[in-house]
Amino acid sequence: MGLFEKFHPIRQARQDLLKTGVNPFHITVEKILSPTEAIINGQQTILVGTNNYLGLTFHPDCIQAGQQALEQEGTGTTGSRMANGSFLSHFELEQAIAEFYDLPYAMVFSTGYQANLGILSSLAGPGDTILLDGDSHASIYDGCRLGGAEVFRFKHNNVADLEKRLRRLGDRTKRTLIVVEGIYSMLGDKASLAEIVDVKQKYGATLVVDEAHSLGVLGPNGRGLVEEVGVEKDVDCIVGTFSKSLGSTGGFGVSHHPELELIRYTSRPYIFTASSCPSVVASTKTAVRIIQANPQLRLQLWDNSHQLYDGLKQNGYTLGAEVGPIIAAMIPTRELALAMWQGLLEQGIYVNLMIPPATPNSECLLRCSVSAAHTSDQINTIIRAFSDQKIAADIQHGSHPQAMGT
Amino acid sequence: MTADTNILSQLIETLKPFTKKGHHLGEDTELVSELGLDSLQVMQVLLKIEDQFDISIPLNNIPNILTVKELAQEIEKLLRV
Repeated sequence: MGLFEKFHPIRQARQDLLKTGVNPFHITVEKILSPTEAIINGQQTILVGTNNYLGLTFHPDCIQAGQQALEQEGTGTTGSRMANGSFLSHFELEQAIAEFYDLPYAMVFSTGYQANLGILSSLAGPGDTILLDGDSHASIYDGCRLGGAEVFRFKHNNVADLEKRLRRLGDRTKRTLIVVEGIYSMLGDKASLAEIVDVKQKYGATLVVDEAHSLGVLGPNGRGLVEEVGVEKDVDCIVGTFSKSLGSTGGFGVSHHPELELIRYTSRPYIFTASSCPSVVASTKTAVRIIQANPQLRLQLWDNSHQLYDGLKQNGYTLGAEVGPIIAAMIPTRELALAMWQGLLEQGIYVNLMIPPATPNSECLLRCSVSAAHTSDQINTIIRAFSDQKIAADIQHGSHPQAMGT
Repeated sequence: MTADTNILSQLIETLKPFTKKGHHLGEDTELVSELGLDSLQVMQVLLKIEDQFDISIPLNNIPNILTVKELAQEIEKLLRV
């Protein structure tokens, strides 16, 4: 079999998808208008699948800082920090992140994906063990694999299963890394962090929390779930991304362990890649200041999340258990999910279509991510469109009134 | 290399309810292609087997476990540690 033959099933699957008249995994945003609106298929569309939780992508201060850096520092760094040197602004961003978390050490990466790759692969290598939540993001799986540690998965958010696996490890637990997420990206549920910290302490393991979807969203200062639960001292490292609530690109790790500084010398995804370009660094640094100074953004995000969650629930959708900025409607079949996703898009609403194998428990999801920048009117429009799609689906499946899980 | 017959027979008992009608179940049966399991079912089977033998199977080793016999050998290896 030639190398390219393995692509045949993928080609077939794509062709099958295109026969339906739309490819949800190849959407073109023809023109982005604001954090919550774009032109897609020639039509003005409300975006509710962007992870732009605080709506900062068009914040005038972030744009101005980026423009200024572009003019003063150029378009790119043209190399890695190890080889070409860091710009002062890279260190300033690390300082800003460390201060935001009130932790002494911070390290930034060019993407969130690379932050997980770089930190996890450095922390746990051959001879070490990793226990990761089964619903972890692909970057966590890939980071674990890159390091060469022995990797075990525990049942999603199941502390009893985690503890059982720690017990089975015997005296290996001192060299064991546990990896969980603050908010899980598909269904929007939170890690049972207080209980996870308890078993971590009991077995003397190390704990990393990925706050990609919870930075700027949870906690009195927006630091994430670790802050909300009050376990800052017991978590060994927090990783996260700039590409969601901070509206730019990049990733980071923060820690009270001085060894984080040494990861600069061990982390291949840090060493062998170009550093973030100056405009991105400047916009991110400004965004960090904005979320510190404007807690009302977070309050607005939660108000909006409640409005959308309640609206979808009232329309009979089966949703993830927790109210939050990630609201996933579970749809019984792939065909129906695709049809409803397409119907929503035709009505000018863009959500994420999530289907197996990317989803937990093989669910088909219409996944919304709410933004503080959504207006109440926009959310009502989104709810009305979901309502229309539900009515259309129920008529089509009239013989199965329970089809939508109501 | 052969697998421990005791482990093998326990394993086959566990796999029986997961085996679709008309599929053969023996030591050389391939777990995915021959038992007719999808990836979610494979995970459910593995979780059950891990609890049954009180072991954790590393993700690193799963790509190399294709047949019932190879799974039995992996269990045997983990029980020896």
